[in-house]
Amino acid sequence: MSDDYVRYIDKTREYYLAEGYQKPYQWAHFDQIPFAPLAKPLARCRIGLVTTSDIAVRSESGNGENYDKDTLLGNVYSIPMDCPLERLYSRSEHYDRYSTNLDDVNSYCPITRLAELAAEGRVGSLAPRFHGVYTSYSQRVTMERDAAEVLRRMREDEVDAVLLTPI
Amino acid sequence: MGLVARHLEANGIPTVVLGTARDIVEYCGVPRFVFSDFPLGNPCGRPFDIAMQRRIVTMGLGLLESATKLGTTVQTPYVWSDDTSWKRLIFTKERPFLEGESYEHWMKAEEGYRKLKQEGKI
Repeated sequence: MSDDYVRYIDKTREYYLAEGYQKPYQWAHFDQIPFAPLAKPLARCRIGLVTTSDIAVRSESGNGENYDKDTLLGNVYSIPMDCPLERLYSRSEHYDRYSTNLDDVNSYCPITRLAELAAEGRVGSLAPRFHGVYTSYSQRVTMERDAAEVLRRMREDEVDAVLLTPI
Repeated sequence: MGLVARHLEANGIPTVVLGTARDIVEYCGVPRFVFSDFPLGNPCGRPFDIAMQRRIVTMGLGLLESATKLGTTVQTPYVWSDDTSWKRLIFTKERPFLEGESYEHWMKAEEGYRKLKQEGKI
């Protein structure tokens, strides 16, 4: 069924109205959509990855570690694409905790699946790091500062195409 | 996330969004979108279901190659569960999206944002 998907915009508006908030959140909306065609076959492309799943890295001792301390600029941080999977976890609270869990990193940040597809030659290669973006309340900050920083890092890594995984 | 995709795309880098909040992504407007009708949290497939994750990621890569017009959405063929009550119950009093500490974090962040806005800093 494709027509009975959850209308989150309506649901959140009703939810917060009932909570006493009069002014509904203004979700980003644009009439124009940019489009850049793929310039070469995927098998020759370097693929980048961006996630909003608040990924963190466990230290060797097993304690939580904010990987962002070295790489954070604005809301953007980066983690090596070959970081051992067992060291990664999500601190996100923005998921449906009644219906699912965040126990498998690849269900929201598919680094192992991408590595497999790269090894098989479906894509040329992967960027050396993936990027996390913390959600900002300000769409202007996201657009003018954080999106620009993601673009800068993607260009630095000579990425040809990007997968984005909002949690 | 849609905003980041749009910025990359506008600067010549093709993008594909894998996601579960169809209305939010489509309202924003992104060039390519692979939609899974799942609860928020697993845009790339069910936890520990490697075959499903692989297919969803592969669909995303395929859309990079095949999409010739902007705003293309494709839906993955998976159903989360026979019981669809999660769709009805999310964001209700019965299942509040955030509560306890999570709610407090959210309120604190919102308050901080309002303050900065009032001061004209953002």
